Amino acid sequence: MQPVIVHYLPILAFLVLAGVIGGALVGGSLIAARQKPYAEKLSAYECGFEPFDDARRRFDVRYYLVAILFIIFDLEVAFLFPWAVSLWSIGLFGFLSMVGFLAVLTVGFIYEWRKGALEWE
Amino acid sequence: MADFFLHTIVGLIILTFLKALALIVPLLILVAYLTYAERKVLAAVQLRKGPNVVGWFGLLQPFADALKMIFKETIIPAGANRVLFVLAPMITFGLAILAWAVIPVNDGWGIADINVGILYLFAISSLGVYGIIIAGWASNSKYAFLGALRSAAQMVSYEVSMGFVMVSVLLCVGSLNLNDIVLAQRNIWFFIPLFPMFIVFFVSTLAETNRSPFDLPEGESEIVAGFFVEYSAMAFALFYLGEYANMILMSALTTILFLGGWLGPFGWTWLPGPIWFILKILFCLFVFLWVRATFPRYRYDQLMRLGWKVFLPASLGWLVLTAGVLLATGWVPHVSS
Repeated sequence: MQPVIVHYLPILAFLVLAGVIGGALVGGSLIAARQKPYAEKLSAYECGFEPFDDARRRFDVRYYLVAILFIIFDLEVAFLFPWAVSLWSIGLFGFLSMVGFLAVLTVGFIYEWRKGALEWE
Repeated sequence: MADFFLHTIVGLIILTFLKALALIVPLLILVAYLTYAERKVLAAVQLRKGPNVVGWFGLLQPFADALKMIFKETIIPAGANRVLFVLAPMITFGLAILAWAVIPVNDGWGIADINVGILYLFAISSLGVYGIIIAGWASNSKYAFLGALRSAAQMVSYEVSMGFVMVSVLLCVGSLNLNDIVLAQRNIWFFIPLFPMFIVFFVSTLAETNRSPFDLPEGESEIVAGFFVEYSAMAFALFYLGEYANMILMSALTTILFLGGWLGPFGWTWLPGPIWFILKILFCLFVFLWVRATFPRYRYDQLMRLGWKVFLPASLGWLVLTAGVLLATGWVPHVSS
């Protein structure tokens, strides 16, 4: 029996190969193609205008809301994974505990819905 | 010879790399021909011929495109963060390749046969957002920035319902190992008992890969190309390769979770497992293209409504229902490991 970590080593091989292929393609193109930059070519695309200010401006707060909601529900999913595979051993009690937990979250979800956090006019 | 590969460290490392290459090279060829297939299918739907000049029936078109990309100038905008700008397409492409380490093409063929395969896939596909956010941020262009925001919000929204669907499948399997998930479908493929979840999952994969009808992040009629508007040459091509590799990955995931992986229908075994697996992937990919040819683009509020107000409650409800039914009927699977 090998230690568990050995099963993960092929992932390292994939990581190395993906990095090498990606780097080789971009690097190869840099070498193979003629590079001839000038100021207009290097300016950001803005439908023919000169870009008149920095692009990193304030943006809609709803993107933050989506991100926060995502964290809540994704944690919930992460919590459900071990529950799902061990349902056989935790039985009815485990099931009811999870239903209780999901009920609390559903109350929160209904609150968000009624508050309009999910609206994008 | 076999001794060298199986019992020495160097041999094992070389063998692992060879196995990885044996998967990645056909994958990249499939990606190349997927772009060709997309153009041919769209053309057929619109009663055109599609690419037919380079090679027989245009079969060399993907390679002509690749050569063209390589000999284009790599433009890095003056206001961009140079390192992040070059890194972003590599992240997108790398993650799309990395996920394939655990996909079992046949019984026990998963190159990294890890116990938490499905969790690994879920994690890797979540990381895909980074490539897009970094590209949008590093470009320092308004279109790229808006496209990246949209894309990130869309991907995380559908990630949640995808997670719930995966958990409902896991309830019927009792293991996180991808091999076990396929073997649990020997009697019945999961798309029959979990049909609504199959639909939710497939539509979510469309949104997750930014494909039509959810291709708002790159809606060419409003924000030109979204997060990769500033990219050119091979950096641009890497985004494309990543997107198509992700489509194939999501088709493989659909195949594993719902369509019985390498198992033949009705218990048929007259074709080897990997062939069945590839046929099912090709079928899913065809549906991807078919959807693109058929449906108009969603509006952003409709997209968010579908994700949060329809798919999320539906998949959560179905999850509880599945667990309840399994408990009530005593069908809860028990995988001893």
